[in-house]
This record gives sequence, C-alpha cells and structure tokens, in this order.
Amino acid sequence: MAWTRDQMCERAALELEDGFYVNLGIGMPTLVANYIPDSMNVTFQSENGMLGMGAFPLDNEVDADLINAGKQTITELPESVYFDSATSFAMIRGGHIDLSILGALQVAQNGDLANWMIPGKMVKGMGGAMDLVAGVRRVIVLMDHNAKDGSPKLLKQCDLPLTGAGVVDTVITDLGLFEIKGGQLYLSELAPETTLDEVRERTEAEFVQ
Amino acid sequence: MSDSKKVYPDATAALDGLLSDGMTILAGGFGLCGIPEHMILAIRDSGVQNLTVASNNCGIDDFGLGLLLQTKQIKKMISSYVGENKLFEEQFLNGELELEFNPQGTLAERCRAGGAGIPAFFTKTGVGTVIADGKETRDFDGQTYLMERSLTGDLSIVTAWKGDKAGNLVFRKTARNFNAPMATAGDNCVVEVEHLVEIGDIEPDQIHLPGIYVDRIFEGHSFEKRIERRTIREA
Repeated sequence: MAWTRDQMCERAALELEDGFYVNLGIGMPTLVANYIPDSMNVTFQSENGMLGMGAFPLDNEVDADLINAGKQTITELPESVYFDSATSFAMIRGGHIDLSILGALQVAQNGDLANWMIPGKMVKGMGGAMDLVAGVRRVIVLMDHNAKDGSPKLLKQCDLPLTGAGVVDTVITDLGLFEIKGGQLYLSELAPETTLDEVRERTEAEFVQ
Repeated sequence: MSDSKKVYPDATAALDGLLSDGMTILAGGFGLCGIPEHMILAIRDSGVQNLTVASNNCGIDDFGLGLLLQTKQIKKMISSYVGENKLFEEQFLNGELELEFNPQGTLAERCRAGGAGIPAFFTKTGVGTVIADGKETRDFDGQTYLMERSLTGDLSIVTAWKGDKAGNLVFRKTARNFNAPMATAGDNCVVEVEHLVEIGDIEPDQIHLPGIYVDRIFEGHSFEKRIERRTIREA
C-alpha cells in the first residue's frame, strides 16, 4: 500500500521543526497543519499579511477582515501579527520563512517546479507561488506521484511553464520521499509495500536510490 | 486643522476631478478583503473608460472590480491571480481585456518602490520563468536576479478601518494587504474608511500609514464586506 493523502501529510509534518515559520500552499498542503504535535511550536504565515494563523472560525466568529491566502475565513491567535503585502513578501523574499509546502503539476529532477499554468487552459495566475519558491529557505512539494491520466509528474524536464527553476528541495508523493541535491534526484524513502520497480515504472525522472 | 481640506462627504465627491479616460488606477485589497467598495461603485457610475487597473485580484463577477468588467470600463489588468472571475475569462479570451501577470510579491514591491522613489529593483522571483522574458538579469554574489520596474499610477483607491482628518490611517487585520503599498504609489490617493475620527484620536505610535500619502478621505456608510469563502468549524 502506498501512502494515502493523510499519510503523505503526516510524513510532510515530520519535516517541521520546533520554532519554524511555515507557509502552506492551498489544497493538500493545508492539511499538514493537522499533524503537528502539540508539543511543537510552529508559526504559520499567510502571504496576504499574517503570521500566526489560527483555526477556521466558529459560525459566530466569522470576520470579513480576517482571511487566509486561499480567501477562507480564519481566526487569530494570541501571538498573531498583521502586516501589509509588501512587508509580507519582504519576509518571504528575504529568506525569513523556514519552509514552504506546496502542490505541483510537474517537478523535474533538477528541482524545476511547474504549478501555475497549463497552456491552452484559462490562466488563473501565479499568485504568491513564484515569490515563495524563490525566497523561502526550503521548498517541499506534496503531490500525487502520477497525474489522473497516469502520466508521470516527476520528469527529466518540465514541459509546462515554470514557477521556479531549481527551487524544489524535497518531493513527497504517495510512493515515497525524494530529495534534490546538487541538481540530482535521490529516492530517500519508499512508502510501505512499494517496490523500487514500481517507482521506476511510474517515474520519468532519473533518480539515485 | 479641524476643517481638513482632505475630508469629503462621499465617494463621488472624493473622486470628483480625479477620473479621466485611459488612466491607471492602483486598487487595494486581496480577494474581496479590504477593497475600496464605495469607490468602485462611484467609478462605475462615473462611466470613465479604458482604465488600466493594478490590483492583486479582479473581484468576482458581481462584486468588487468585477463590476467594472461588467461595464467594460477596464482595458488592462495588472494582477497576480484572477481565477475567481468568469467575466474576466470571457473578456480575456475574446481579446477585450489585456492582462499582465505579476508575481504577488513583485506587484507589492513594485508599488512600494514606486511610492518610495525607487525606479527598479532586483529580485530572484521569476528567474528562469516566462516572467523574466525580455527583462534584464544580473548576478549578485553568485545568484541571478531579475530587474523589475517600479509601478506608479494616476490614482490610488484604498480602504482603511480608521482614519483621521489628516489622513493618518489604521488598518484592520488582513484587510491591510495591498492597501498600504498601493496608497503610496498613486499621484493622488483617495481613502475610504469605516470610521473617520478627529485628529488626535489615534495614538501617533499606532498609525499604520502616515497621512502624507493621503490626499482625500471619506467615511463609507454601508460597507458590504462580502466574504468570498466563508469557512467555519463546528463548535
């Protein structure tokens, strides 16, 4: 059995450290927050201008002035702080955020990332993704190993427009955990009951075990 | 300064004489959070045409800047994300609307730099992507950076929670977002506030944006503050 989505998030949470400032992308990466042990102090940044994101509000706590980067209503914590967008991206670009976890359409073996645009389909925009992958100290991609049609997402080279070149440090898929060092892809962990042959068959990228 | 020359009764009065066809408007807000909703309505009603609007997003079909798409008053958008808007897609695909994508942090910094008299800056954001096409790159300390030009506009339209009659502003929670950098980068800056207070009512140390950037201010009386993704947890 490969990792389920919950198990992928649980595995990603192990990459967090006490005292980290972390930015989580929209979608599956958001769920990583559910797997952080209570004993660990991690501060979440929302790039629309907040450090110290709290849980979703109760019905009677909803505040139109308090949303996350996915435009969902959220709450504040005693340690929360608000700032403007220029300040928010100064802390991102300036390397003050320890870790970003985000989704991907494609990742290349050299760390290139494509996650914002499919030519021929309506382009929604990159939002803050290009700034995050360029500025955050460590970038973890959390994605299904293969696309819905079965095609590989870990490639020799991305054919979709890039979000960043050589920016990915770690990739967690349902089949395992990969690390990219010095422009080379390494398979560091296999998901339970997953074979090396299966990973090879479902991966286009060249990797070292 | 009790009769401040900056204070206007409403959006229409505050924008009077500042709108012209073909102008560039910098609009604060993130999604529907912290958008200048009264001024968007007044701009719609003014009928001004061929606008270039820099704003992180473009509202939704029936609220925010989406209202100016309905009336086809926008010629070009400078944004980082426009995925919430079917009207946008329609007008973009049939060639009625130009679009310039900026990474979100680059858009914010372009405005900050514009307001601070910095004509260009270098950033790692977008290096090796389509955003770098046609732009100058330069290596510093072994890393490649991209030169981005600053962004200024004819008019900034921003929202704050509280403002005094000198234009000193306090924002509230994540509604601050692009309002502060956008406010600094327009030739004229008009602000709508939920609470207009007397000079001296805000502690000088608690002011988020000094009134030097603000030309006109008015109190909005019916903020709708629509929520895009109301997400709650069970008690």
